[in-house]
Amino acid sequence: MIELNNIHRDFQVGEQTVHALNGINLSISAGEYVSIMGPSGSGKSTLLNIIALLDQATSGSYCLDGHDVTHLDETILAKTRREKIGFIFQFFHLIPRLTAYENIEIPLTLAGIAPKLRRDRVTSALDAVGLTDRASHKPDQLSGGQRQRVAIARATIMHPAILLADEPTGNLDSHSGIEIIELLEQFNQQGVTLLVITHDASLGQRAHRNIRIIDGQSST
Amino acid sequence: MQFPDLIRLSLRTLSSHRMRTILTTLGLIIGIASVVLLTAMGKGIHQFVLKEFTQFGTNLIAIFPGKTTTFGMSGATISTVRPLTQDDAVSLQKLDQVISAVPLVQGNARIEAGHKQRRANVFGVSAGVPEVWQIKVQQGRFLPDDNVNNPRAFAVLGSKLRAELFPNSNPLGQRVRIGADRFRVIGVMESKGQMLGFDLDDSIYIPAAKSLEMFDRNGVMEIDLLYKPSLSSNEVETAVRRLLIARHGREDFTIITQDQMLSSLDDILNVLTFAVAALGGISLLVGSVGIMTIMTIAVSERISEIGLLRAIGAEQKTIFQLFLLEALTLSTIGGCTGILLGGCCVIMLQLLLPELPLQLAWGYILFAFLLSLVIGMISGVFPAIKAAQWQPLEALRTE
Ligand SMILES: Nc1ncnc2c1ncn2[C@@H]1O[C@H](COP(=O)(O)OP(=O)(O)O)[C@@H](O)[C@H]1O
Ligand SMILES: [Mg+2]
Repeated sequence: MIELNNIHRDFQVGEQTVHALNGINLSISAGEYVSIMGPSGSGKSTLLNIIALLDQATSGSYCLDGHDVTHLDETILAKTRREKIGFIFQFFHLIPRLTAYENIEIPLTLAGIAPKLRRDRVTSALDAVGLTDRASHKPDQLSGGQRQRVAIARATIMHPAILLADEPTGNLDSHSGIEIIELLEQFNQQGVTLLVITHDASLGQRAHRNIRIIDGQSST
Repeated sequence: MQFPDLIRLSLRTLSSHRMRTILTTLGLIIGIASVVLLTAMGKGIHQFVLKEFTQFGTNLIAIFPGKTTTFGMSGATISTVRPLTQDDAVSLQKLDQVISAVPLVQGNARIEAGHKQRRANVFGVSAGVPEVWQIKVQQGRFLPDDNVNNPRAFAVLGSKLRAELFPNSNPLGQRVRIGADRFRVIGVMESKGQMLGFDLDDSIYIPAAKSLEMFDRNGVMEIDLLYKPSLSSNEVETAVRRLLIARHGREDFTIITQDQMLSSLDDILNVLTFAVAALGGISLLVGSVGIMTIMTIAVSERISEIGLLRAIGAEQKTIFQLFLLEALTLSTIGGCTGILLGGCCVIMLQLLLPELPLQLAWGYILFAFLLSLVIGMISGVFPAIKAAQWQPLEALRTE
C-alpha cells in the first residue's frame, strides 16, 4: 500500500540545510495499524506529511497503492488526497463558522457530490463518531474530544483507504485521548490502514507495529 | 465542487460576518443607488425638455431673416438684409413638400373688451396655425384664409385671455380693441399651456398684415413650415433654400429644422445624463476599494483554513473560485440592494413631488449592475489568486 524508498527531506533555513529525513525506507501494507514515535523534532510530522502528499521528498521515491506518486501535479495530488487519504491534525482544524455537520460535509462538497447523497453519508458519519445530537453545534460549542471526533468524521467521510493522524491526542486529556484512539482503531478494524504519530508510549504500544524515528532515520 | 455549493458557502461566510458585510457593501449600495437616482433625474429632465419642444409637432422648419456669417458680422449685415415677407410665406406654401406655412409677427399690446382690459401677447399669423402649431380651436373657428395683404379684422383668443376678458359671456362675435384697431372675435383656442415661459393661452391671434402695421415692421420675424411627414427634413430644407434664394437673390435667411434642434438638444441632454451617471460612478469606485480591502483581509484571516481545505483535497482552482465568488456575491448583494434603494428613492420622490420629472433609466441601471459585478470580479481576483497560491503545509502552519 505505502512504499517509501530512501526518502530524504531537506529544509533550507537561511544558510543552513536541515536534514529532517535521512533516507527513510518504509513499507506498510493495506489494513495495517502502525504507530510512529520519537523525540520532538525527529521528523515524524515531516514523514507523515510526505505520506499524506502534503509535502514532497527532496529525493527518494514514494509508491502509493501501486502508483508512483513522487512527482505529480497539484491537481492530481489534491484529488488523491481527497479520495485516498484522511488526515487528522493535532489542532483539529475545524472551520469555526460552520457547524459540526457542515464541517464533516466539506470533503463531499469539494468532491462535487450531490446534496441529496451527502445528507445520508454525513448523518451516518455523525452516528459513527457518536455526535448525532451535536450536528448543529459550532466547534466552539464542543469539547476538545468532540472536536477531534468531528475531525475524524470529516477525515473518513470519503471512505479513504488510509487514515493518518499527527498526534491526534496531543491536545486532549488522557481519557478523551483513549476514546479518540479507540475510535481510530474501529476504522482500522474495518480495514482502513492507520498511521498514528504519538508521544504517549502506552497509546503507541496498542499498534500492531511501532516505528521509531530518531534524527530523520527509522529504527524498528 | 458544484456552483450552487460555491454560492452557498460564500453566503454562509458573508452572513457570519453580517456587520462587516453590510459596511463593506455600503459604499457600493450608495454608489449604485445614486446612479439610479441621478440618471432617473437626468432622463426625466431629458424627456421633459424634449416634450416641451415637440408639443408643436416634429415636421417643422423655422426660417428667420438674416444670416449669421462665419465672421460674426451679423450686426453689419442686418441693415442690408431683405426682410422675410408674407409673400415669401405664400410662395413657400405653394411648394409641393410643404403642407402649410405660417408667418409670425409677435408683440405685446393692451387689449380691451368692453370695460375689461389686459396686456397680452399678440401673434400676427395666418390661417395655418392650428395645423402647424398643433393647437386646437375650442370654440368658433380660426382666422380664415384671407388675402394676406388685405385681411379682414378678425381675432382669435387664447383660453386664458378669453377667461379674463369675457368671464361670463360668449366672446364669439364680440369686438376687442388692440391699440387703435378694432377686431371681431371669431374663435377661442384650446389651452396649450406654457412653452419655455411663453404663455400661449394669454395671447391673441390676428392676421399677420395687421400686426405688421400695429408694430410698424417691414418684415415678419419668422416663418414656420409644416412639411409632409414622409419627407426628410434635408429634402425640404433644400427646396426651401432654393426657393428663397431665387426670391431674394442671395441667402439672407437662416433655416432651422426641428430635427436639428432636437438632435442637438438630445446630445446636450444625453451628456447631462452621462455626467450625472459618471458622478455616481465615482462612488462606485470608492465602493470597489472597500470590497478589495475586505477580501484581502478575508484571505489573510483564513490562511489556515485555506491550508485545511487544500489538505483535505481542495484544488487550487477551488480555492480561487471560493474567494472570487465571495467577492462577486458581496458586490451582487451591494448592486441589488443599491438598485432597490435607488428605485425606492425614485418612487418616493415621485409620490412626494409629482411635478419632478423622474424617469428610471434602465440602460444605466443595467450598466451600473454589470459594473458592480465587474468591480466584484476585479477586487476579488487578486486576493483569490493569492489565496490559491498558498501551499497546504505553509498555510496550515500560519495562525
Ligand atoms: N517548513 C520547515 N522549514 C524548516 N525546517 C523545518 C520545516 N518543517 C520541519 N522542519 C524541521 O525539520 C525537523 C523535523 O521536524 P518535524 O517533522 O516537525 O518533527 P516532529 O514532528 O518529529 O516533532 C525539525 O528540526 C524542524 O525544525
Ligand atoms: Mg510533529
